[in-house]
Order: sequence, then C-alpha cells, then structure tokens
Amino acid sequence: MDAFLHQVLSGIATGGIYAAVALALVMIFQSTHHVNFAQGEMATFSTYIAYALLTFAGLPYWVAFFITIAISLLVGVVVERVLLRPMANAPELSAVGVFIGLLLIFNSVTGWIFEYTIKPFPTPFGDKGSPLGSFMSAHEFGSTIVTLVVLLAIYLLFRHTKIGLALRAAAYNPVSSRLVGVRVGWMLALGWGLASAIGAVAGMMIAPIVFLDPNMMSGILLYAFAGALLGGITSPLGAVLGGFAVGVIENIGGAYIVGTELKLTMALVIIVGVLTIKPSGLLGRVVTSRV
Amino acid sequence: MAETDLLEVAGLHADYGVANVLHGLDFAVAQRGVTTLLGANGAGKTTTLRAISGMIRTAGSIRFNGASIAGTATEDIVRLGVAHVPDGRGTFLELTVEENLRLGAYVRKDKAGVAEDTERVLGYFPRLRQRIRQQAGTLSGGEQQMLAISRALLLRPKLLLLDEPSFGLAPLIVRDIFDIMRRINAEQGVGILVVEQNANLALDIADHAYLLETGRIVMSGPAADIRKDEAIRKSYLGY
Repeated sequence: MDAFLHQVLSGIATGGIYAAVALALVMIFQSTHHVNFAQGEMATFSTYIAYALLTFAGLPYWVAFFITIAISLLVGVVVERVLLRPMANAPELSAVGVFIGLLLIFNSVTGWIFEYTIKPFPTPFGDKGSPLGSFMSAHEFGSTIVTLVVLLAIYLLFRHTKIGLALRAAAYNPVSSRLVGVRVGWMLALGWGLASAIGAVAGMMIAPIVFLDPNMMSGILLYAFAGALLGGITSPLGAVLGGFAVGVIENIGGAYIVGTELKLTMALVIIVGVLTIKPSGLLGRVVTSRV
Repeated sequence: MAETDLLEVAGLHADYGVANVLHGLDFAVAQRGVTTLLGANGAGKTTTLRAISGMIRTAGSIRFNGASIAGTATEDIVRLGVAHVPDGRGTFLELTVEENLRLGAYVRKDKAGVAEDTERVLGYFPRLRQRIRQQAGTLSGGEQQMLAISRALLLRPKLLLLDEPSFGLAPLIVRDIFDIMRRINAEQGVGILVVEQNANLALDIADHAYLLETGRIVMSGPAADIRKDEAIRKSYLGY
C-alpha cells in the first residue's frame, strides 16, 4: 500500500509538470487553434538559460529562476511577433510548418550552444526529506508546490485582472476585441510569452529529475499533449487536471502494468483513446458548426 | 463660422479585396446629430460603418472632429471616442454579461466614471442587471443587442455607430432600443450614425438621412424631407 501511495504521489509531482506544459499548449490553442509543437523545445532552451545563469554567471537559484522566466516571456513574445504574425492569414499548414521549424531550430540551437552532453541540473529544495517523508522526495514536493503556485497565478491573472480579461476576449473574439480597443496582436504575443514562461518553470522543475539535454522535453510534451486532450484542449482547467491525471496514470501503469520501457506508449494510448471515444475531452466544449 | 461636423466622409471607396463595394460616398454626422444611412441588403451600409472603424481598406477622406482617421487602426479609432455596435452584435459569448460591459470600458482609466456609466446603462436595460453574472451566450437576441449598445456606451463615446439595431428583434424591444438611443443623444449629446433597413424607425430619430443603393448615395437631405419623398415612401416605407 505504501508503495502504491508513493507511486501516486510521485505521479502527481510529474503530473504537475505535464499540467503546466498542457496549460501552455491550451493557451496558444485557444487563441490560434494550433498546437505549438515547439513548446517543449522552447522550455528546454529556457532551462539551458537557467543553467547558464547558474553555472556561468553564478547567480543564486531563485534569482536565476525569475530572470529565466522573464527572458522566456520575452522570447515567446518575440517568436510570435516575428515568426507567427506574418502567418496570421496563411493556410493552416503554413503555421504547422513554422511550428516544426521552430522545434528544429530551438533543438539545434540549444545543442549547438550548450552541446548535446547530458548535464545535471540543480534542485533548490535540497536532498533532505520532505514533509511527506518517504512518499515524496524533497524535490518532488517542492516542484509540486511551485507548479501549483504558477497555475494559481495564471488563474488569478486570467480571472481577476484587466489584462487577463483582454487576453480572454482577444482569444474568443478578436474582431469585437478590436472594437472595444483591445490591441489583439499584442495580446496574442503576450499569450505566447506567458506560455513560454510557464514552459520555462516546467523545464526547470523537471530537469533535476530527467537531467538536462536538448531532447529533455520531447517525451514530456507528448504526456502534456495527452493531458491536454484528456482534459479537453479547449479548457484550461481540463488541461491542468488532465496533466495531473496523466502523471498518475503514467506512474502507476509504469509500475504495475506495462513497465517503465513502455510508459510513453500510454501517452499514445490516451491520445488515441480520447480522440476516438470523446474528442472534446472531459471538460472541453463540444463545438458544432452548421454547414 | 459653422461648427465642424463630428464625422465628415468624402469620396469614400472601400473594397473587400475582390470587388469595390463603395463608390465615392459623401456624408456627415453633425455635432450631437443623428444621421441614418438607409438602403436595402447589399447596398453597402455595413461596409460603410466598417470603413469608418478602420476594419477594411479604404480610399477617400474620413474626418472625425476635423482630424483624419482614414488608415488609423481600429484600436486607435476607438480611443478617439468612436463606439461601434457591429453587425451580428459582436457579443463575447463565452464571457459573462459583466465582463462584456467591462470590456466596453477597456480603454478608460476613470474608475468612478465607469462605475457611474455602468449604473446608467443598467438603468436603461434592467434586464441586463438581472443577468449580470450569466454567460452572454445564453442571452436572447434582444438582450444581446441591449448588451452590445451598453458595451458601446461604456466607452462614453462621442460618436456611436449602430449597425441594424432592429435586426431580428421583436417590435417592442426595437421601440425600447430606439427610445434609449434618442435619450442618449438628447441627454449626453452623443452623435449617432445608424444604419437601418427599417427606414420608418430610423427616420423617426434621425435629423439627416442618406439613401444608399449599390455603394452610391442616391438621395440625401433632412430626415423630414426624405420621409415625404414619394419614391422613398413607396420603396422603403411601404405605404
């Protein structure tokens, strides 16, 4: 029983990472109806920035943490303005092409600057036990708290601030948003910035577990995508819950059913399963259109 | 010297990329005036409003309070005090009624004034107050039109552009809405440019009218004169 509980709790810890990346995917999907395939590589790049700030600049962890978030936000905004904006009126496949290009560029640039050797990444939470004793490591406990804080902050931003309202309005109804004076283009860019910043936190929180290498996020993006689909790609709350659920399913399935080698297969099973049985996900809106 | 018109449009052309829709319109809205553009479906009424709001490419002159706004971004035209109640009402369906209203005042900084104006529009449309926490997508067509007008008024505009406010609504609601437009104009001096298929209603509140046919103005004058015109009466007023 203790072992089972341990699996569940550590599933929640990684689930938090999936939830954060899933939320980043959903945020961009809501405003553009595209899945940003490069979300994972962008997060990896951010994590390397944190690595550089820590090792080369020698900054304290939390200083590097917040600077990384700020830089990632800026990178997200710039990517949207420079690369995605010219694609605004282009056919769907052009945007997909840009996403794949972005993925390759971020992956190669990361490898080129920081090399492909696997590097350890520090945890700010020490290696002493956590309040949950043997059920969760100190890092798992700390990273769960951090992801929950980030998710709460994003929720408060969207629900209770003027800029959050404008972000939602611009995503739902760009034409009407312009008519009330919302600068829709900048809202889309800010959405990208926020998604990129959330990805950065996820990257920094997972890196101590999976170690730092340019392909670190590729599997995680797949789990996050499964989580987003499971919860409903149109629902931010659904994506977050889906992310946590996938984390737990992955851990328990890996421990008791399919073994660690086939863990990633479960993400694919979830993706295919959701798309065949309930494409809108658990909390997603069912969109019907008249033809 | 005559007072500058609130809105002055001259030689306005507009197209949607394929075909020219407007062929050189000249019209104006006086300070505190109500102007109506009449015309059948496809005459170019909606396009004219979109042109003024900078939503489509145009050629020709559009002056608001004497300054050119042709080629200005929609977001910046809004900041000058032009509120547009668009074709199809433009409701933010996923947001609550309250959030829709807050978006109407998005560019304003004066919190007290916004609170005051919110109270005022909820006074005009008590039904919105009852539904304030409801998702706007659950409102009826009439309520969404009320919401669209309220959203526009929360800008505290100098000019209100209204696209077919009577469209698809029950006659009683239409009368309410036109009464309120008259009040807004009289009490707050808001200039109004209203586009309508229902010429009777529009001529009731307008001081000036223009008749639009396939992108050209074919007749214009004081609303009272237009109402008396034989041809208009037969084809647009139906008696």
